[in-house]
Amino acid sequence: MKTAWTRRSFIATAVTLALGSALPALAADPIKIGLVTALSGQSARAGEAITRGLTIAIDELNASGGVLGRSFELVRRDDEATPAKGVIAARELVFKEKVAVLFGGLDTPVSLAIVPIMNQAKVPFMGPWAAGTPITKNGANPNYVFRVSAVDEIVDKAMLQYAQKNFGTKKPGLILINNPWGASNEKGLRAAMAAKQVTPAGIEKFESNDIDVVPQLTRLKQGGADTLFMAANVGPSAQVVKSLDRMGWQVPIVSHWGPAGGRFTELAGPNAKNVHFVQTYSFFGNQRPVGAKVMKMLMAKYPDIKGPDDVTPAVGVANAYDAMHLVALAIKNAGSTDGSKIREGFYKIGTYAGLIKTYDKPFSPAVHDAITENDYVWTQFIDNKILPVGMVK
Amino acid sequence: MLVVSAIITGLGLGSMYGLLALGFHVTYAVSATVNFAQGSSMMLGAVFAYSFAVRLGWPVPLAAAMALALCALYGILVEFIAVRPFARRGSNAWLMATVALGIVVDNAVLFTFGKEPRGFNMPWATGSFTVFGIGISPLQLAIPAAGIALAAALHFYSRRTRGGKAMLAVVQNPDAARLMGINVPRVISGAFALSTVFAGAAGILIAPLFNVHSDMGTVFGLKAFAVAILGGITSAWGVMIAGVVFGVVEALITALLGSTYTQILSFALVIVVLAAMPNGLFGRAEVKKV
Repeated sequence: MKTAWTRRSFIATAVTLALGSALPALAADPIKIGLVTALSGQSARAGEAITRGLTIAIDELNASGGVLGRSFELVRRDDEATPAKGVIAARELVFKEKVAVLFGGLDTPVSLAIVPIMNQAKVPFMGPWAAGTPITKNGANPNYVFRVSAVDEIVDKAMLQYAQKNFGTKKPGLILINNPWGASNEKGLRAAMAAKQVTPAGIEKFESNDIDVVPQLTRLKQGGADTLFMAANVGPSAQVVKSLDRMGWQVPIVSHWGPAGGRFTELAGPNAKNVHFVQTYSFFGNQRPVGAKVMKMLMAKYPDIKGPDDVTPAVGVANAYDAMHLVALAIKNAGSTDGSKIREGFYKIGTYAGLIKTYDKPFSPAVHDAITENDYVWTQFIDNKILPVGMVK
Repeated sequence: MLVVSAIITGLGLGSMYGLLALGFHVTYAVSATVNFAQGSSMMLGAVFAYSFAVRLGWPVPLAAAMALALCALYGILVEFIAVRPFARRGSNAWLMATVALGIVVDNAVLFTFGKEPRGFNMPWATGSFTVFGIGISPLQLAIPAAGIALAAALHFYSRRTRGGKAMLAVVQNPDAARLMGINVPRVISGAFALSTVFAGAAGILIAPLFNVHSDMGTVFGLKAFAVAILGGITSAWGVMIAGVVFGVVEALITALLGSTYTQILSFALVIVVLAAMPNGLFGRAEVKKV
């Protein structure tokens, strides 16, 4: 047993040394792209989706020769959805691994904790998921934080716009989770409603462990609510749907993307489909050429992907894919991997035909969010699939 | 309509608080100790029942019975490792030990059951009927009924059975009970088992209305302790009634004043009541013999 280990470690060392000395001869050092996201626990699937989007984009970029004559390499770290772990991982990737750009994950608190480090280190930070408004609007000048994802305050505007257009909403009732995310959306929805001179029927909060939301919903009903605006994670969102069932109140529900985070149909029952919620992309339905190409690449790279059903959560894959291509363009414009130059490079991006949309000058010193309220896709759960609204009657 | 629907909501929730609080009462009466992690016991009931009924496909009554049996075992374990070693030395460290054990159990479930909340959808639990324009789920009526039935069963057990009488004897005077040949440690251990069975039953009853996940019991456990103190922890019917009152008041505050005030007012009310009645609504002052 002892002999085998010695022999194995000897071979391993020899191979490593041989490869190590051979690599510099093959190509210039790759450009490192960092990713700090949840790779374990409940959000592991989301972290994997971001990884897949980045990997597909990097493979594509490397196949066409990379940028500045260098290929890209992805370096991942798990933040376990906690800000402290995220900060440690971000420091390691920036100062030790010397990544050119760092990607964040899905948790707003983790991203918010990383933002000051990136602005201080002058290394661009790209958000492919977390939607908290202050991530990009962080008050720093110069600001190194960019995002290709939904943004709370823009989603809130889009919710009102969608409800008015599709349900003729005049008096919405707000049902929000009682935490900082709910508070952030209350602020955003209040601003969006004030801009359109809409007065809400009421604003109600509920706890994530509330079993019965009937009292809050009854207040909204008596206040004359004609639509519900909902911002809550998947479990509490399901409690709202079940409480509405008990009340026998059929009212349109327009929601932030909370329900997308889990088994919404299993938790909320058959009326889960009545909740219309925001997404940035759906691989279902007619795809533009980029969509078809990405789907084909995903199926070729990952054997578990047989079709759009298996690309979950789709927003993680789509946002990360587009964000990586925009990062590559920024590095190309910068002509170097210097953080300040890459930051300027983002502002010089012209037109790019991406997966979510064709981006036209997506970033400027005043705008660090590439996705606007017109880019969202409205979806609903049909069984266990997130489909664009109306695709299945 | 607002008030009536709030009362129905409150009755269901309140019975849950009452059942959990009844668990606090049983162990406190017998041994002057409690399992502070009653919320975890409630969660275990729901997680076991879900695992047997949904994952293994067992019939619901069998799944529930098995879940309750495991809860009883868990109660015995709590007493054996987190209460007895400390209480024997006259230390109050069981307070922290039971909280710690609850955290360990919550995290063990998180690790094995998963972080994702799961839906425990039972055909008999879905659907609702309308009375005077108010939608009621049959489960909302079944929960208070089951709560009262279990409280009554406890009453019957302690008055009419040998085990129950032994329990009462231990409550009155543990030393005399021991001299009469009653195995006091076993009675205390049994009280903890009974306590976790009540909590487990609450978890199983509430699961179809809620969802099943590792921290589903945390807030419930806290509120139930408030209820136990409010009712006067020494009175079985007292804690059950206090549970129902707390649930109804909580729902009425939400319905009439808005959810912003629910936690502030309901807990402020607990403080006010306890300031006026230090032994709770139905408790008797403890007489300390010197």
